[in-house]
Amino acid sequence: MSWLIVGTVPRAGFRLAWGPYALRERTLDVSGALVSVARGTPALMATAHVATQALGIEPPEALIIGDTGSGKGSRALYRHLVDNLGRAGHAGVTFHYLMPDIAWHNKILWGLEELARPPLLVADAGFMYAAKMSGYAAHYDLFTPDAGEMAFLADEIAPHPFYTRGFLLQEEARIPELIDAAHAGANAARHLLVKGQTDYVVAAGRIVAQVSEPDTPAMEPIGGTGDTLTGLVTALLASGMDMTEACRTAALANRYLGVLANPTPAFGVADLLPFLPEALNLALGDS
Amino acid sequence: MNWLRGLLSRKPVPVRGLSEKGMLLYPSTGEVIRAEEALRQAGLEVAVKGPPPDLRQGCDMVVEFSLMQEMRVREVLAERGLEPIRVAVAQDHLLEPVSLFQCKELGPYLMVRAANMKITVDRRDRRIVNVSGGGCPDVPYLADMLVGKVLDEAPEPRSLGQTLCGYALQLAFDEVRRQCHG
Repeated sequence: MSWLIVGTVPRAGFRLAWGPYALRERTLDVSGALVSVARGTPALMATAHVATQALGIEPPEALIIGDTGSGKGSRALYRHLVDNLGRAGHAGVTFHYLMPDIAWHNKILWGLEELARPPLLVADAGFMYAAKMSGYAAHYDLFTPDAGEMAFLADEIAPHPFYTRGFLLQEEARIPELIDAAHAGANAARHLLVKGQTDYVVAAGRIVAQVSEPDTPAMEPIGGTGDTLTGLVTALLASGMDMTEACRTAALANRYLGVLANPTPAFGVADLLPFLPEALNLALGDS
Repeated sequence: MNWLRGLLSRKPVPVRGLSEKGMLLYPSTGEVIRAEEALRQAGLEVAVKGPPPDLRQGCDMVVEFSLMQEMRVREVLAERGLEPIRVAVAQDHLLEPVSLFQCKELGPYLMVRAANMKITVDRRDRRIVNVSGGGCPDVPYLADMLVGKVLDEAPEPRSLGQTLCGYALQLAFDEVRRQCHG
């Protein structure tokens, strides 16, 4: 199954690139355009690439552009995707760090849903914010929020996690009720992988799995460990694995990554990648 | 076809709609107009509108702006001495931004979280070792600019960020600097 990853890289002059990509140590090569792996979409891409290689399946494609926060790059990417939706006939698409923009979000969603074989839709980060704001969250197959983002999904009027009401920093203990609220308000995807001290796998509003061990506290401050989780679930879905099993296995593999790498809070995602194949194998063995 | 498909498949419109817009509240209409002018001159798309009844605090106009540009809006207004008395989401219910922090000690490291953004500093040399969280595209860029720098030498996130995630990172940055003063 082929898969498409859509996101941004933190370089203003980085031109739009769409195609297969390679990973050379800590650098991604997308059709000749090079980008280093630190966090964000490059971290997701690198993880998905390593994981698909470990699984022996076709690596994903990427559609990326430079955007340092103005939204100009994101909007150019949206326009290009809408104009070339025929190229997005993949089994699935993972949307990531993109400037939330409801109008463009809707054009893309409707366009993908009109394809002869609509892809599975995964959204994280800024595109998940847009998906929730648009009122079409339930059209997605998977969201991968952290605890704070789960509170945002549960708050029916919050336009961004920064304005989530009742953001009292107790979300970890409240996750089951936040899941209920997000589902009741149709602000959740059909499945959720909620990442936190305990990872929750949710199908149709019901918690179907919880993963809390092994625990490596130093993973939380490392920028990009949420992106590695989304990269892992992307690769597992691309292998054809069932959604809830892919979410559970990804959560477990991300935790084994922490155990094997034994990081300090000063580690980067690129320091974790060498341990990823073994972490994935351990998780698959447990499944 | 798309519009029809959207019409038929979309969930019912909520009683209180979501909004990408924010409002700047001032004590006088004169300040509202000056703020609008300053923001327009800075190239920002803004509009002057009437506030909802529950937001009338002595002013009958607010400046409407894109929430995604809040950081830039605040910067322009601060430069002109036009800070608003309040910033709110432009819908029928006032939403306050996050004002609480979560701090976690991890050996010699201190992690501070504000809203959806986290910043981690090595207390031994006051160096920023990681930035995580967020979802807007300036987050990876801000992280690249901050990680590896000592707190006093690091650029303020507000000087580079352009989104609400960037603004949240500024709050976390201020708090970690307060807790790790040299």
